Amino acid sequence: MKALRNFLDKIKPQFEKGGKYEKFHSTFDAFETFLFVPDKVTHTGSHIRDALDMKRTMSMVIIALIPTLLFGIWNTGYQYFLSQGMTQVGFWEIVWTGLLKVLPIVIVSYVTGLSIEFAFAQARGHEVNEGFLVSGMLIPLIMPVNIPLWMVAVATAFAVILGKEAFGGTGMNVFNPALLARAFIFFAYPGDITGDKVWVAGLTHGEAVDGFSGATPLAHAASYHTELIPPLHDLFLGFIPGSIGETSKLAILIGAALLIITGIGSWKIMVSALTGGITMSLIFNLVGANPYMQISPLTQIMMGSFLFGIVYMATDPVSAAQTEKGKYIYGFLIGLFSLMIRVFNPAYPEGTMLAILLMNTFAPLIDHYVVEANIKRRMKRSAKLTNA
Amino acid sequence: MPEVIKIKRGLDLPLVGEAEKVVSGYTAMTYAVKPTDFAGLIPRLLVKEGDNVKAGSPLFIDKSDERVVFTSPVSGRIVEIVRGEKRKLLEVRIEKSEPEAYEPFRAGDPSKMSPEEIKEELLKSGLWPLIRQRPYAIVARPEGKPKAIHISAFDTSPLAPDYDLILQGREAEFQAGLDALRKLAPKVHLNVRAGEGISKVLLNAKGVQINFFEGPHPAGNPGIQIHHLDPINKGEVAWYLRATDVLFIGRLFLEGKYSPEKVVALTGGGVKKPQYLRMLAGASVENMAKQFLKADDYRIISGNVLTGSHIGHHGYLGFYDWQITVIKEGKYHEFFGWALPGADKLTASRTFLSRLFPGKKFDPDTNMHGGERAFVLTGQYEKVLPMDIYPVYLLKAILAQNIDKMEQLGIYEVAEEDFALCEFVCASKIEVQQIIRKGLDLMYKEMS
Repeated sequence: MKALRNFLDKIKPQFEKGGKYEKFHSTFDAFETFLFVPDKVTHTGSHIRDALDMKRTMSMVIIALIPTLLFGIWNTGYQYFLSQGMTQVGFWEIVWTGLLKVLPIVIVSYVTGLSIEFAFAQARGHEVNEGFLVSGMLIPLIMPVNIPLWMVAVATAFAVILGKEAFGGTGMNVFNPALLARAFIFFAYPGDITGDKVWVAGLTHGEAVDGFSGATPLAHAASYHTELIPPLHDLFLGFIPGSIGETSKLAILIGAALLIITGIGSWKIMVSALTGGITMSLIFNLVGANPYMQISPLTQIMMGSFLFGIVYMATDPVSAAQTEKGKYIYGFLIGLFSLMIRVFNPAYPEGTMLAILLMNTFAPLIDHYVVEANIKRRMKRSAKLTNA
Repeated sequence: MPEVIKIKRGLDLPLVGEAEKVVSGYTAMTYAVKPTDFAGLIPRLLVKEGDNVKAGSPLFIDKSDERVVFTSPVSGRIVEIVRGEKRKLLEVRIEKSEPEAYEPFRAGDPSKMSPEEIKEELLKSGLWPLIRQRPYAIVARPEGKPKAIHISAFDTSPLAPDYDLILQGREAEFQAGLDALRKLAPKVHLNVRAGEGISKVLLNAKGVQINFFEGPHPAGNPGIQIHHLDPINKGEVAWYLRATDVLFIGRLFLEGKYSPEKVVALTGGGVKKPQYLRMLAGASVENMAKQFLKADDYRIISGNVLTGSHIGHHGYLGFYDWQITVIKEGKYHEFFGWALPGADKLTASRTFLSRLFPGKKFDPDTNMHGGERAFVLTGQYEKVLPMDIYPVYLLKAILAQNIDKMEQLGIYEVAEEDFALCEFVCASKIEVQQIIRKGLDLMYKEMS
């Protein structure tokens, strides 16, 4: 530790102004501050500062994502062996198989995204922002396991450059970068992210045993074969095909609990989105025009990436509503629209992604009205004064 | 008990080094008056090095209103006039001499004096700057017509001095001060902490409206109290001061002299035995180190850790301060500090283990604990700002220098001290107080 510090102190001058590697200052800074919290002290204002910083904040989200990642790895292996009709496979073999499929996607996402982030920070002379540490983990988790790696790289680059850096970097973006990456693939290469084959490793080109379709619960529902939807406990525990991180609701709830306990994720958004989703499916139950509408609210919220979306994506503080009142409206509408899109438009089996992106667009508008109300209150107070 | 105004949002920081209720003496050789203690002031110097002054002699005046005078707290000789960049006046230092000599002011019963006489007396003696005003959080403009004067009779900031102790046995001075202030505005609010053991000096105060407040910091800030009692609208002015400062005003009318004796809380983890010290306004802290402070790399702050000023080991007590805080400097690298469980980290968030030990006290240092970032987290500031104001929107309006938006979002009601906790909790390490001050200065310039 001490030796490492001494080494850093020794090479630091070369990265500072006038040094040999001045151009790489941001990169050096990123690695240095990753290893050591900087020795900067307060000079104006408050003399003491909260121990919480952006790195801590972002690492909390990553920790909250770990259960879904671990389960995703296992389930990838499990679904693969299931499709091959092999049920007597050891735990570690399942994990190893899953790891071989999932890890490359994670690596490609991080390497692509971070390289771009570093390059932009370098060009702007800024410190490297931590935002992508979360996006880089979210992207693999919302991908089908058979996604070609080059597509992950292209989508990540698109999301980071056009979704984030074009707006000025972390904190300035309008849309959730990870969702943008998924939306990019969804519209540019729909064949690789929809259908029954993409969710289970090896199924795109290979053959499955008879009786294994690889279809997700959402696909069953969209084709009105609601009787094929797996039982609730399978949906809850996640022994189903789907995007890598979305299947286990248990893992998601563990993450949600961590986000709520630490206060990093907004419970207001999560709870109101859940309420919105349940409200919409109850309305559908009342109408009951087709089998999709008749699915119970509990099954509805456990299908697809609804829970994953409202826990990890809708709560992204930058693209969500920023006022506390606005968060209730924002969350509720995400829940409502997720189900509406899902049920009304079978071409978009997963409505959550589009619902969140749609509400990202409207979040500033919601905030605008909340803040306007505050301004009006203040103006009214003044007006009363001049009239009296 | 009458109605209590409950402040719900805010944060009390549990720090080590609270002053024990013991008062010791402290004397300094030199004293100073610092124009930098007064936001927005452009001073005109009236003295030069070598001049002899008495307690209450003018040292400099406010260029924008020459009636506002700043006077010497002690009698002695001007030893140094300290200037900074662009010859900005920073300090006027006075070496104290014995016996103490005072400029004579008119003593008398303020309740029998006219508002003009009281105002003139306060201006001449240099006590006027104790009264500040909202909007802009600057020294009250003498021509202003305040709708009320608010006196905060408790301090909720970290390790704050106990006003009940300071006011003990000072009924006569305190009431005389109130009588004077009553002449200056249609209403005087005395804002008192709700609960047991409140000083009789406060509860028996006459001719003022006593309001009771309860809640965490910043409930003791006048700005928060004004916001909850009678918020300021465009075109209105409210004046405010601290109950402890009322003593100076009372003493002026009772004794006819400027006698700025303070009982100052010496607090923080860098103090050997935190306690109260009796000293004069503007006293140098240079004699403190040996007797009272631990020997190490410490920062001496005049005021509290959230809003005070870093004065160094030879600095001087600030004009408005009744507290000195000494904390460790934080110039060190912490290996994977952001990833450690952190059972010893002071934080308002629930991301460190330390939150599992309620009641634990912390000895924080001045480390930033991270690099500066753009606004990312939301809802963080709102939790510690008990005002019907959207802090991030106001800050962004200030950064964009959008005058109309600043006005609409409530700039008239705020001061930097009200946002100090926002700055403390900020995970993006944004210098919130500095931004607010910039906004207030800009607004004042636009409006005058």
